[in-house]
Amino acid sequence: MRQRLIALLEIAGDWGVFAGRSITEAFRPPFEGREIVRQLFELGCRSMPLIAAAGFAVGVVLSMHTRASLARFGAEALIPAGLAIALVRETGPLTAALLLSGRIGAGIGAELGAMRVTEQIDALEATAVDSFKYLVVTRVIACVIALPILTTLMNFTGMLGGYAAESAVTSMPLRTYFNAAFSLIGFSDLIPATAKTMVFGFIIASVASYLGVNTTGGTEGVGRASTKSVVTASILLILANVVLVKIIFFFYPA
Amino acid sequence: MASDIVPAIELRHVTKRFGNRNVLDDLTLSIPARQGLCLLGRSGTGKSVMLKHIVGLMQPDAGQVLVEGKDIARMSRQQLSVTRQRIGFLFQNAALFDSLSVGDNVAFPLRRHTDASNAEIVSRVRTLLEQVGLERDYDTMPADLSGGMQKRAGLARAMALAPPILLADEPSAGLDPITAAEIDALLIDLKRRLGTTLVVVTHNIPSARAIGDELVFVHEAKILARGSPDLLDRSEHPLVREFMRSAGSG
Repeated sequence: MRQRLIALLEIAGDWGVFAGRSITEAFRPPFEGREIVRQLFELGCRSMPLIAAAGFAVGVVLSMHTRASLARFGAEALIPAGLAIALVRETGPLTAALLLSGRIGAGIGAELGAMRVTEQIDALEATAVDSFKYLVVTRVIACVIALPILTTLMNFTGMLGGYAAESAVTSMPLRTYFNAAFSLIGFSDLIPATAKTMVFGFIIASVASYLGVNTTGGTEGVGRASTKSVVTASILLILANVVLVKIIFFFYPA
Repeated sequence: MASDIVPAIELRHVTKRFGNRNVLDDLTLSIPARQGLCLLGRSGTGKSVMLKHIVGLMQPDAGQVLVEGKDIARMSRQQLSVTRQRIGFLFQNAALFDSLSVGDNVAFPLRRHTDASNAEIVSRVRTLLEQVGLERDYDTMPADLSGGMQKRAGLARAMALAPPILLADEPSAGLDPITAAEIDALLIDLKRRLGTTLVVVTHNIPSARAIGDELVFVHEAKILARGSPDLLDRSEHPLVREFMRSAGSG
C-alpha cells in the first residue's frame, strides 16, 4: 500500500513537471502556429457536433426539471433565467469538460501512445524537431483555447434546448425567452465560469499527453494510455472544479 | 580535409544497460567519414540501440558518443538540432508519420529546416520518391503502403536534407531481391557521389558486401570482428564465418 502511494506520488510529481514544462515551453520559440491551428481544428472544430447535441439535450432536460420544480410555486416565469444560471455557472462548463475529456483525452492519449510505440516520436526527434513542443505544447494550447469556445457553444445550444422544451408547453417567443434568460446573468456569472474551462483544457491535454508520450507495452499500452487519460483527466477535472468554484466565490461573492 | 581526419562517428567505451542486461558493453567504434559501415549480428545484440545513441535518442550509461568530433551528450539543444539535421535516420519500421501522406512525410524535414519554396520542395520530394521507386505514391497515406514501401518512403525522408551521415536500420528488410538491390545501389551512389557516411544495420549479407567498406560483427554487446568482407569471410570466429556464409533474409 505504501509503495503504491509512493508510486502514485512519483507519477503525480512527474506529471507536474511535465505540465509545468508545457507552460514554459509555450512562451519559447518556435511557436508551431500551423500545428496549433491544425490541433484547434482536430480537437476543437471536430468536437462541435458532440458539444452542440449534448448541450441541446441537457437544455431540454434541465428545462423540464426546472419547470416541474418552479410550477409548484407558480414561478414558471423564472424558468429561462434559472436554466441560464444553471447552465452558465456550472452545468455547461463541467459537462463540456467531462465530455471533452472523453473525446479529446482519449484521442490524445491514443494518438501519442501510438506514435510512441511506432517510434514516430523518435522519428520527430531524429528529424531535429522538438517533439515536446510539436506534440504536447500545441495540443495544450489548442485545448486551452478550444474549451471556453466549446463551453460557450454548449451554453448556447443548452439555451436553445431549453427554449425548445418550453415552447412545447407555452407559446413564448424566442426573443422573450432569451431576454428573460439573460435578465439575471451578469459578467460575473459568465466570465469566471467560462474562463475556468481554460484550466480544464490544460488538465485534459497535459494529462492525456503525459500518459500518451510515456506509453509502453505496444498496442495494449496504447489502449491503457487512452483509458487512463479519460479516467485521470475526469477525476482531476471534478477535483479542480471544486477548488476553482471556491476561488470564484472568493473573488465574486454571490 | 581536416574534417576527413576527424571520424564521422565515434563511440568511446559506450555501455548501455536495460535492467540487468548489458546491451552495449564498453563498446568502442570509430567510423571514418565517407565510408560505408555495416553492422552485422544476431537480432537483439544492440545494433539498433547503437544507431539510436549516434543520433542522441538514447544516452549511454557510460562512455561517450561523438558525431563529427563533438560529444552528443554535451550539446545544447540548438547544437543537437544542427547535428541531427546532418544525420538521416531510417528506422527499422520506417516510423512514417501516419497523419501525413508519403509526400508530406518526405517533405517534412525540408519544410522544417530549409527556406525552399513549396514548388522546390515538391520537386525535390518527387525526385526522392522516384529514386526509391515510389513516384506514384506522393499522396498515398502510409497505412496504405506495404512494409517494404514504407521502408522506401522512410529512406526517402532520411535522404531529404542530403545529410552527410545516413543511418539505416535494415533498409532492405521486407523488400523483394530486385528492389533490395536497387536500394543498395542507391546507398552506394550516395556514398560515391555525395560522400555520405553510411552506417547500415543489416542481416542481408549480399547487401552488406555491396554497401560496406567495412563490416562490424556485434555479438553479446561487444564487437566480435571488424574488417572488410573478405577479412570477415576468413574470421577465426566460427559464428562470424557462419553468418558471412548465410545469404541473409533481409
